[in-house]
Amino acid sequence: MPTSVVDVETILAVDLGSVYTRVALFDVVNGQYHFIASASAPTTVNAPYRDVTESVHVALDQLTVITGRKFVDEEHRLILPSQSDNSGVDRLVVTYSCGPELRIVVAGLLSDVSLESARHLVETLFGRVVEAIGLNDRRRSEAQLDAVIKARPDLIILAGGTEGGASRSIAKLVELLIMVCRLLPQDKRPAVLYAGNQVLAAKVKEVLSKWTTTYTTLNIRPTIDDEDLEPARTTLNQVIGNIRMRQVGGLEQLAAFSSVAPLPFSYAFGRMIRFIGKVSESSKGVLGIDLGAGHTLFTAVEGEKQYLKMLSLGMGGGITNLLNNSPLESVMQWLPVHVAPEVVRDYLWNKSLYPSTIPVTQESLAIEQAAARQVLRLATQELMADYPGFYPAFEPIVVSGSMFSHTSNAAQALLLLLDGVQPVGISTVILDPYHLLASLGAIAQVNAIAAVQLLESNAFLNLGTIICPVSTAKYGTPILRVRVEYEKGSPNQLEVRQGSLVSLPLQPFHTANVHLEALHHSEIDPLFGKRSGSFKIVGGVCGAVIDARGRPLVLPKDAARRRELIKKWRAVLGG
Amino acid sequence: MTYAVTHFTPLTYLRRARLLPVAGRVQVRQGQRVVATDVIASADLNNEHVFIDVRRALHLARTEQAEALIEYKVGEKLQAGDIIAQTGGLFKRIVRAPVDGIVVAISKGQVTLEVPKTPFDLLAGLEGTVMEVIPERGAILETHGALVQGIWGNGKINQGVLLPLAESPEDALTVDRLDVSMRGGVVLAGTCSSAEAIKAAGDLPLRGLILGSMTADLIPLAMDAPCPIILTDGFGLMGMNTQAFRILATNAKRDVCLNACKYDPFVGERPEVVIPLPAQGKAAAEVSELKPGLSVRLLGAPYHGKIGTFLELLPGLTELSNHLRVPAARVRLENEMLVTVPVMNLDVLE
Repeated sequence: MPTSVVDVETILAVDLGSVYTRVALFDVVNGQYHFIASASAPTTVNAPYRDVTESVHVALDQLTVITGRKFVDEEHRLILPSQSDNSGVDRLVVTYSCGPELRIVVAGLLSDVSLESARHLVETLFGRVVEAIGLNDRRRSEAQLDAVIKARPDLIILAGGTEGGASRSIAKLVELLIMVCRLLPQDKRPAVLYAGNQVLAAKVKEVLSKWTTTYTTLNIRPTIDDEDLEPARTTLNQVIGNIRMRQVGGLEQLAAFSSVAPLPFSYAFGRMIRFIGKVSESSKGVLGIDLGAGHTLFTAVEGEKQYLKMLSLGMGGGITNLLNNSPLESVMQWLPVHVAPEVVRDYLWNKSLYPSTIPVTQESLAIEQAAARQVLRLATQELMADYPGFYPAFEPIVVSGSMFSHTSNAAQALLLLLDGVQPVGISTVILDPYHLLASLGAIAQVNAIAAVQLLESNAFLNLGTIICPVSTAKYGTPILRVRVEYEKGSPNQLEVRQGSLVSLPLQPFHTANVHLEALHHSEIDPLFGKRSGSFKIVGGVCGAVIDARGRPLVLPKDAARRRELIKKWRAVLGG
Repeated sequence: MTYAVTHFTPLTYLRRARLLPVAGRVQVRQGQRVVATDVIASADLNNEHVFIDVRRALHLARTEQAEALIEYKVGEKLQAGDIIAQTGGLFKRIVRAPVDGIVVAISKGQVTLEVPKTPFDLLAGLEGTVMEVIPERGAILETHGALVQGIWGNGKINQGVLLPLAESPEDALTVDRLDVSMRGGVVLAGTCSSAEAIKAAGDLPLRGLILGSMTADLIPLAMDAPCPIILTDGFGLMGMNTQAFRILATNAKRDVCLNACKYDPFVGERPEVVIPLPAQGKAAAEVSELKPGLSVRLLGAPYHGKIGTFLELLPGLTELSNHLRVPAARVRLENEMLVTVPVMNLDVLE
């Protein structure tokens, strides 16, 4: 039965990425919100345009061609609200991740307490810590002052002091910030976000506001052991929004039409993953990954807790960080064909110069997918380092980004995830092929029903169920006994050996009951220590997959054997 | 839609703003002729600061007392040893300036001195005329000549006589092809994979190196080289695109200006080779529609750096040999070969 919608609205979502500007149209069909169509154009944030509205107009022209609907009037203004002739939209939401990387100075008391929390806050957005000032800092005050001025920050995050705790040290830092502002011309002064001891918040704002735009938010480190970034993240969005309005040409113009203030991509994406976590019936957390050109966003939700991190690793400009911080072999190891190391290295450096280029040959696609695997490996390892004892066990895992959606086939996207993240346990992998998640996060703010219904609509692609047992058994040892009962047809029984990748044929939307029995001290789901059980699984475009290749996945050292194995795995999944 | 244009043009009119990131001192006047290495403006980006706590040094109880005794005002210069403040009486206490500096702040009984360090000099980056002075920030320069825009630069600026070492766009620079007769010149070559050649370019020294491509392992070495190094096409052994090569090779023995700045797509600043010419050019367009007949450079393997003529946009999505489905275009290469490439891999030229 279709659900009735109280306020029927046509919604246009604009996502301003560093490479592409995407527009997506959502409307009500048969009483339910549906994704209608999307279009994209190269983002015109950079020179010579320096105005994102140019790319929005081009993308909207394409959307008009696709849908036959008009979105702008003769004077190129967005038609708001929708008209009886089907032109225009009722709501506009905007998300953005374009523009230069934000330069942020963190200031706090203890380096492993408030400064650490301030760093965690920065990691949730497209920014870089360019300087850190704390109590443990052995530099003289003058040197700290010079360091902050030299860092040319867009924003200073001042944290520190547990609730009701230290105040003199904070006052000293405030004095330093005043001196920074005093010495900088007004148009170069960084905004300040105070996220420390709340007893001082009003005073800090009063004093600093005389010099620069100052915001206050709740303490990100209310006690020595507790970190609470959530309230600060909300305020930080407003701060970043105000900075971006000045930096990104045309964003303010879009904001004037937008139903809510434009949201940073990471915040909107994170919000939607949190939402999926709430509606998910699984007791496991949800993992969301966006593999972008400049950055990679990893966000995991477990209960009320959310981990969110933007890593300076990406498949465009962000690839230089991969090249500077990882040996080339770490990328090379994922190649299914022989490519000379210097060719791989030069190709990836060129990709950093021309981030919007598309791989034309099998070889260049293989290089990009190999680099994407290593980016995902590094991101997962960082997540595990931040949370010792953490298992990449989630239900579901939602993936987004051109590397996942621009593949030759869906199996390549699934294998990319399996190789890069190396999840464990039983999970469903969902692909966001139209890059809608962040937009839905923004839509949720103005029309929660639309966000809920769109999440359940045709806009997302179930890649398949993955079953990833964990075992220390030797290669070739049987580790899992499997019996699959399909809706129709005779059941299938098989024994899965350590080191193997097995595809279970299961049509999209078809279900099957899977009975699993772990052998040789293996575990089906290490999060719950499960060794046997029956599960109902739903087929995706890749059916269902049992990944028994081991965790961590250790690739053969011999290059020829490794390449053969990678080819074999691709063949198993039909990639 | 329009596309940003890369310029490989034998004659154009160029107007470039050379501006400091912060307020500073402009050192040129309107109408002045400048060369690439002339200083347009300077700023004290690297200045350091010294705090002098007068209240504490004079053993005073209140900051107001200290501030009343400070003998300088904000903006005043002082030299090391100058008395900043002193108490009266038989056993007077004195606070002296520890270094030469300028008083930039007096607050809470504390004097902040700014200590000048070597100023940041903003160089012209090209030979031309100062058309407009922007007070405290820099100037607008203009010139007429050939322009070849690069994609990567090592951050240096210089000017010298162009010495085409390469006979073809793929010709490699090797150490044995460099000799002392090239000292002070700007060498043109197709590609380079030799660390020795990059070192030799700095040792001779050359005034600059224009390459089509360079292997990426040479990046650290190239960054350290004292002379500007510009890549027109990128990393690898593909050499230089024929359009850029033709322009540069036909300007042998002319003075060329190299501004090997880091490519900043947001600001639009990119490495450039400018060859001032005694002729009047027209300003080149910054953006262009993708029209049939337009000259394009192809990006990405296997055609990286190839020059061709745009023929048409293909309808819908086109499946590539790797099975990706993308918006694509048909292009005729210089050797008459017809190729289908993703639209995103086209670099529109003028």
